[in-house]
Order: sequence, then structure tokens, then C-alpha cells
Amino acid sequence: MAEILLKTVDLVKSFPVRSGTFGQHRLRLFAVDHVNLTITKGETLGLVGESGCGKTTLGLTIMRLYDPTSGAIFFEGQDIAGLQGAAKRQSRRQMQMIFQDPLASVDPRMVVEEIIREPLDVQNQGTAKERNEIVSRLLQVTGMPMDAAGRFPAEFSGGQQQRIGIARALALQPKLLVCDEPVSALDVSVQAQILNLLRDLQSQFQLTYIFISHNIAVTAFMSQRIGVMYLGRLVEIGPSRAIVNAPLHPYTMALIKAVPDAEPDLRGRKRGLSGDVPSPINRPTGCPFHPRCPWVQDICRVENPPLREITPDQFAACHFAEPGKTI
Amino acid sequence: MTNKPLLDVVDLKTEFRLARGVVHAVNGVSFSLAEGEVLGIVGESGSGKSVTALSVMRLIDKPGRIVGGQILFHDDQKTVDLMSLTPRELENVRGNKISMIFQDPMTSLNPVLSVGYQLMEPLKQHRGLSEADARAAAIKLLDRVGIPQANLRIKDYPHQFSGGMRQRVMIAMALACRAKLLIADEPTTALDVTIQAQIIDLINELKNEIKTAVIIITHDLGVIAALADQVAVMYAGHIVELGPVRDLFKSPQHPYTQALLGAVPRLHNWPERLTTIDGAPPSLTVNIVGCPFYPRCPVHVDRCVTENPPLLELQRDHSAACWVAQALATAPKAKV
Repeated sequence: MAEILLKTVDLVKSFPVRSGTFGQHRLRLFAVDHVNLTITKGETLGLVGESGCGKTTLGLTIMRLYDPTSGAIFFEGQDIAGLQGAAKRQSRRQMQMIFQDPLASVDPRMVVEEIIREPLDVQNQGTAKERNEIVSRLLQVTGMPMDAAGRFPAEFSGGQQQRIGIARALALQPKLLVCDEPVSALDVSVQAQILNLLRDLQSQFQLTYIFISHNIAVTAFMSQRIGVMYLGRLVEIGPSRAIVNAPLHPYTMALIKAVPDAEPDLRGRKRGLSGDVPSPINRPTGCPFHPRCPWVQDICRVENPPLREITPDQFAACHFAEPGKTI
Repeated sequence: MTNKPLLDVVDLKTEFRLARGVVHAVNGVSFSLAEGEVLGIVGESGSGKSVTALSVMRLIDKPGRIVGGQILFHDDQKTVDLMSLTPRELENVRGNKISMIFQDPMTSLNPVLSVGYQLMEPLKQHRGLSEADARAAAIKLLDRVGIPQANLRIKDYPHQFSGGMRQRVMIAMALACRAKLLIADEPTTALDVTIQAQIIDLINELKNEIKTAVIIITHDLGVIAALADQVAVMYAGHIVELGPVRDLFKSPQHPYTQALLGAVPRLHNWPERLTTIDGAPPSLTVNIVGCPFYPRCPVHVDRCVTENPPLLELQRDHSAACWVAQALATAPKAKV
């Protein structure tokens, strides 16, 4: 059995929201709702789901960029959910994040070298000379030209900017990399370069990835396992091939069916689901998917099903999921 | 195609005069479209796909200019060159004969007018319906595009609709005038897959029911595979390959198309590594000599450096602008 790097236990992140003309109604938005998952060392766990399903919030909460509302996050056996101050900063070194827009979070007046070196400076790592060596090595492994160091990020194309973002994320030699829609803004040929690079870096540095994307084909290509989220809940998790080819949860089935594959021969009626995702503030009772579910029964309206193992290593949160059943 | 021809675009050229030089965004593009046919235009950012669509609508504004070509629109026996129309005449074509939907429907919907008002306006303007008839027709249209409780929602404002619903409203507007041609520029790019699937189904239904021809512009090869009959692949302002969707996906002829198809992970069948294309597309401000793709092309020959290949038919209805593909196609029994 592979070593567990990260484990969440009943992780919850909710936000207070006010509604009504004068903000008189106080409600809670459950962005992440009792999520339990484990990630083993060296694997890629993909997280998919529609906008607002909580996949990004889950990533940010694991990173401790949000404080969890309740629940635990074990990183190498240590609960980091409650860490504050220096201990929190220490734990952050182990985890880094790659964003869709890599330069949104950096000072545009910094040159590339400074951007990549900044995390090392913040964490006070090594001597100035060592830091500069790390920077040039990172430029090299991410496939950036050597003369990039002294230039400004805005001079580079989207793909190269993402390479800079990756180099910066790798500066502290993290164990876990949370990749949030890292290729969504890129053209397909560049997207392929970045995906290949991420896979190469993973084997080179024994990295563990959480790969968050709304693009299921890309996520399946990148991940060994995929977790499917709906309204803050993890509704299915299992090996990528099984999720794509033999999904168990009716929502996963609808999601997979909706993906237009680049195969004209597979063209057919796509509409798996009607309606939109309900508001995460006013969530349905019972199973969050029941208003759109073709299998809905009375129990679904009152009881939220827990994740259960239905086929080996594949878990679904559905009262009526069975192997081989389809919508 | 047995269907009646609807649109012939001939040698379209659009450029933008900027301080840093003239950008040749569309550089001699030609294609035809029949009634009820869906043409997909794919390409990466800056390939000229959106500018092509906007040019067909004559929606190019300064500093852009259509500098050449014809846009022949065949409507009820008579053919008009959209290039020769006055702004007033164009108004009668736009929104009436040709509709356009964009990635962000909010840019085309007026936020301070109700959806119903905006839907009824063209019905009254172009079809001369009375207020009451227009309202009834608008409700029917909203219902048709799958908006629940259409009779109530008609009073709502665009911000009260979700992104997918707004796109449906835009499609309802296209339906309102029974547009002959719908130009959809990345219509599903901002939507979630399940909502995208609903919109794809809706566009397919339109095409089958009212024989609307569609030009769909997208970078998503999956959307193309789901919708298009014909596909045009654009690169650096040129159509580099044009053909029926099945042929193009099964046996792409241009090296750029081949690379593009290899770069996309498939849902059920993923390779160990993805094909990548080294380098970047050329700057469109310089006059390109030779094939615009040759610096990135793995199979280029000497001729590619000096001469830009024309788009030639290699198989029935399937053409590519590539010297190598053309040589292979004419070579006796050569196997690619």
C-alpha cells in the first residue's frame, strides 16, 4: 500500500452570506461539505465538477488559504487544519499552487527571476547565491529560455507565463502541487506542452498533484483517480478509467455523457441533464442531486447518502448506485 | 451537397491598421455554406476565426477594415454581395437574415430592458407583428429553447438568467426572425459541460427544424465533432484545411490539423503523451512568404519556405493547403 500524503476528514468550508434587500437574512453557503479523501504519494487526484461545485474551494482549503470551518486535514500524518502563524507558514512550504492565470498573483513590475525567487526569499531559504542557482535550474526544467530571467512576465506568451508559474511553485520543493485549471486559458497545442511538462516534473521530483479542472478529458489524461464534486459534496471517487468508462453516480454519468468527444462518430444526443445546478445557499434537502436525478425516490429527498464502495476502489454517494446501472 | 447554397465567401481579406503595423488577420479566406449546413471553424487564438465571422456580418470596426473579397448571400433566388450594402441595408440583413451569438450573451443583451421586450422588438420590427402577437410569439420562442415558465420569465431582466439561459435567449432571438444563417462565436465556451450539451442539442434541433445554416467558431474540437458538417481549420489568417467532419477527424491532411488532433486528450482513449507543436504562430504584421506553418512543421520541404501552398482539393470535398500533402495525394499509391 502506497504511503498516504494527505487525508481530509469531514472537511467543511462554509461562508456566511447575507441576503434580502437589507442583508437581514443570514445564511451559510456550504462550498465544501464533509469531504473525505486521501491522496497517496506520487499520485494525481483529479477533481471535476461544474462551476460552483466547490472544487477550487476544496483546493484552497487544503492549501490553508482558507481556514476550514470544521474537519481535519492530515498532511503526512499531522493535522494542519488548525495551524496558525509560523507553523502554518512552515506547512505551506510543502504545498504550492498553480493557477489558471499564473501572473494574477505576482507583481507585474518584478522580473521573472524575482518572481521565481520570491517564495525562497519569503521562506528564507539558503544564501543569495544558492537561491539564484535554484532559479536558473527551475527555468531550465520548466523549459524557459535562459535569457528569460531578466525579462518581465508580460513579455511572454500564455504558455510561457504558465511555465513561470510552475517554476515559482516548484521553488520551495513542495511535495504537493494543487493545480487549479492550469491549462484552461491556453490554446490546445500549448495546453499539450504544459500537460506533458507537468507529467515530466511529477516523475522527476516525485510530486503529488491535485488537478482541478472542468475539462474531464484533460483531467482523466492527467490523473490516476478522479473525484467528482456536486454542490460541495464529493459524490463519486475512483480510478480515472472507471470514472470515465463505468461511472456509478447518475451525476457522473450525466457529466461524462455531456462531454463532446473529438470523435464525430460518437455524435449523438448529448443532453443528459435538464436545468441548472441549484444554488449552494439554498441546497436541496437529502441528496443534493435529487432534483435533477432520474433515479430519484422518496428516500433521496430526506437522506443524504454517504460515499460507499460499490466496485473495488470506486465509491459513490448514491442510494441506488449499482455496478452496470446506467441512466 | 444537395442543399441550396446560402453563402459564398470569396477571397476575404481583413486587416487591422495598428501603430505597430498592419495585422493581416484574415488573409484570403474562401468557403461556401449551404442551407441547413453547419460549418465549424477551428483554430487557436489569433488564427482569424472570429474576425472571419465578424467580417461576414460586416461588423469590423476601425482600426479594422475588410480590404478585399466578396460575401455572397443567396436569399430567395437573388444574390447580394454583403460588401456592397449600405449600412441601412445591412441592418435589414443583420438580426433578420443573419443572427450572431457570442461567448458572453451579456454583451448582446441590453441589461436595462426585459428579455421579453428584447425578443419582441425584432418580431415587431422585422415581421410586423402587433404587441400582443409578438408577446405570444416571444413566449413560444422562450418555451421552445427550453426556458421553464416562459410566460413569467418574459418579464425578467437578463441578469436574472443564468449563463446557459442567456445563451438560450440569444438563440431564441435568432429563431425569432427565422434567420437563415446563425453565426455562433464560441457560444458554449463559458458554459459548464452539462449546459453546453443542452446548447449543442438546441443548435442541432434548429438546424434540423428550420434549416438554419450555422457557422460555429470554437477552439474546442469536441464541439466541432458534435455539431459540424464541414470543418475549416484556420492558421495565421488562412484556411489550411477544409473538409467533411468525419474525413477531417479520421484522415487529417495538413500537418497542423494532425498536430492539433493529437494535442487534445480524448475522453475514453488517452495516449501516454500528447503531441505538441513547437514554437508559436507567426506574427501577422509581417508579410509571410511561404507557408505560414512551415517554421513549426515537422515535414516541411524547401518549397514551403518560398511559396505559400493554395488550398487544393485532395479528396472529394476535402482540401488542404500543404505542398507535402498535395504531393502525397497525387503520388501514385503513396501511403501516408
